[in-house]
Amino acid sequence: MSKRTLTEKGGRLFRATIIPIIVLVVWQAFSSAHILSPIILPGPLAVIQKWWAYLLPPLPRNPLTESWLSWALSGELPLDAFASFQRVIVGFLIGAGLALPLGLLMGANDKIYRLFNPLIEVLRPIPPIAYIPLAILWFGLGNPPAYFLISIGAFFPMLLNTIAGVRHVDGIYIRAARNLGVNQYQMFVRVILPAATPYILSGARIGMGTAFIVVIVAEMIAVNSGLGFRILEAREYFWSDKIIAGMFTIGFLGLGIDTVMTRINNHLLRWHRGIDA
Amino acid sequence: MREAVRKDNVMIMEAPTLAGRQRQDVQIKVEGVHKRFGTAEDAVTALKDINLEISDGEFVCLLGPSGCGKSTLLNAVAGFSPPTEGRITVEGKDVVAPGPDRGMVFQEYALFPWMTVRQNIAFGLELQKRPLAEIDERTEALMHKLKLQDFRDRFPKDLSGGMRQRVAIARVLALNSPIMLMDEPFGALDALTRRSLQDELLRIWAELKKTIIFVTHSIDESIYLADRIIVMTYRPGTVKADVRVEIERPRDSTRAEFNDLKKYLTSLVMKEQERFAEDEGKLAGLRG
Repeated sequence: MSKRTLTEKGGRLFRATIIPIIVLVVWQAFSSAHILSPIILPGPLAVIQKWWAYLLPPLPRNPLTESWLSWALSGELPLDAFASFQRVIVGFLIGAGLALPLGLLMGANDKIYRLFNPLIEVLRPIPPIAYIPLAILWFGLGNPPAYFLISIGAFFPMLLNTIAGVRHVDGIYIRAARNLGVNQYQMFVRVILPAATPYILSGARIGMGTAFIVVIVAEMIAVNSGLGFRILEAREYFWSDKIIAGMFTIGFLGLGIDTVMTRINNHLLRWHRGIDA
Repeated sequence: MREAVRKDNVMIMEAPTLAGRQRQDVQIKVEGVHKRFGTAEDAVTALKDINLEISDGEFVCLLGPSGCGKSTLLNAVAGFSPPTEGRITVEGKDVVAPGPDRGMVFQEYALFPWMTVRQNIAFGLELQKRPLAEIDERTEALMHKLKLQDFRDRFPKDLSGGMRQRVAIARVLALNSPIMLMDEPFGALDALTRRSLQDELLRIWAELKKTIIFVTHSIDESIYLADRIIVMTYRPGTVKADVRVEIERPRDSTRAEFNDLKKYLTSLVMKEQERFAEDEGKLAGLRG
C-alpha cells in the first residue's frame, strides 16, 4: 500500500469520526460542569461504564455447567439484544412471507388486485402501533402479540412494493420474452419475478426497518425482555445511563441489520444499474 | 472468404425441428394489411393497404421517415400487434402471436438485465427444454461467432451498446429461426460500431441464409445491406417504392452506382420527410 492511499484512508476515517467525537467531548464537558443532574443527562463516560456492566456476565463462570461462549453471552445486554433480534426476524418472516405471495398475485392479476385493493387501502394507513390494544386482547402478553405487531409492520411495505414491482415490469422485457417463446409460467418465474426484484427487495428493506421500530414499542408493552423492555424498566429506577446505553444498543443493532440487508440486496441486484456500492 | 465462412458454419447446427423445413419461394406474405390506432374520429391510419411478398433468404429493408409505419409493419409481422384488416402469413400459416420462428432484435436491445451474456443467449433454448449439452454447445458456438466469449459472465449493464446488440443478435440466432426481424437495431450506435455490426450481420446472413426484415431510416444503411428496399410513405403508411439493389457485395459507398441509388432514394424519402415535418409544425402550432 502506498503512502498516498494510507493518508487517504486516514482522511476518510477522520471525516467519518470527527463529528461523533466532538459531540462526545461537548457532552462530557457539559455533564462534568454539573449543570444538569446526572439523572436528567448522564455523561458519555457514565453511559459507557454502564454499557460495559450491562454487557458483562453477571456471575463468574461455572466450569461444570457452562461453556465459555454461553457464559460470555450471559450478560443482560446480549440476552436482550438477542431477544429483540429474534422477534424482529420471526415477525418479519411472517409479515413478508404473507405479503410476497399476495403481492405477486395482486400485481399479476387485475381481478385479484381490484378485489383486495380497497381493503388494503383502508388498512394500510393504520399505524401498527394502533393494533396494540387488539393484539393484547387477542394474544394476551408475551411473544405472540409482539410477532403480530411486527409482522403487520413488515407486511404493508413488502406488499405495496411487490405489487408495484410486478406491475411496473418494463414492457420491452415482456415483448422480448414473448418473441423468444415463453409460456405463462415461464414469463412469471423467469421474467416478471426477476424484473420485479429491485422493488421487492426495497420493500423488504423498508419492512425490516418498520419491524425494528415496532419491536421496540411491542417490548415496552407486551413482554419482559428485549431492548425496548429494558430501557422502559431502567426509567422506573431513574437509570438514565442505562436508558442511553440501551438506546445506543438499539441503534447499533438496527445499523447492523440494515447493513446486512444492504449487502444481500447488492449481491442479489449486482446486475442492476445505479446501485450504491 | 466464402470458404472460411462455410467451415465456421459447422459449429451452428440446424435445429432438428427445422431440418426438414420446406423451403418455399414466398415465405412471408402480407396481403391487404391496414392498421388503425385509436377509435372512430381521431383514429390514425398507420398502415394502408400493404401488399408484400418476401422470399426465403431475402434481406429486405423497410425505409422511411418517422411515422411511416415501418415499425408498425414489423410488429405486425412479429405478431405483437395484429393488423386491423388483412392477412399476414409466414410459410402459409397465419401470424397470430409472437413466436421463436420470427426472432426479433430491438433497437433498445431488450436484453434481460438480470441474466449474464451467456444466460441471455441460452434463454430461448432453455424455454424449449433442450438437453443441457446442446444448450451449452450452441451457446458457446454463438459466443465465439459474435466474439462474446470473453464477456460470457458479464451483465448487460457492463457492456457497450455494440456488445449488447451482438448479444441480442446471438440470442435470436440461438433460436435458429428462419426469419430475423430487426427494428432499427443499429440506430443508437456510433458510426464505426455500426459499420462493423453491419458487416457482421451480412456475414451471418450469407452464412445462415436467414430471411431478414430490417427497419431503418438511414438510406446508406439500407443500400449497404439490402437485396430489396421498400420505401414507405408518411401517414398513412403505404408502399411508395419497391427497389431491388443489384450492386455486388461488399458494397462501396463511394462508387457511382451506390450514389445514384442514394440520390434516387433520397428524393423519395425526403418528400415523405417534408410531409412529416409539416405535420410536426402543425402540431407545434396547435400546442403553441
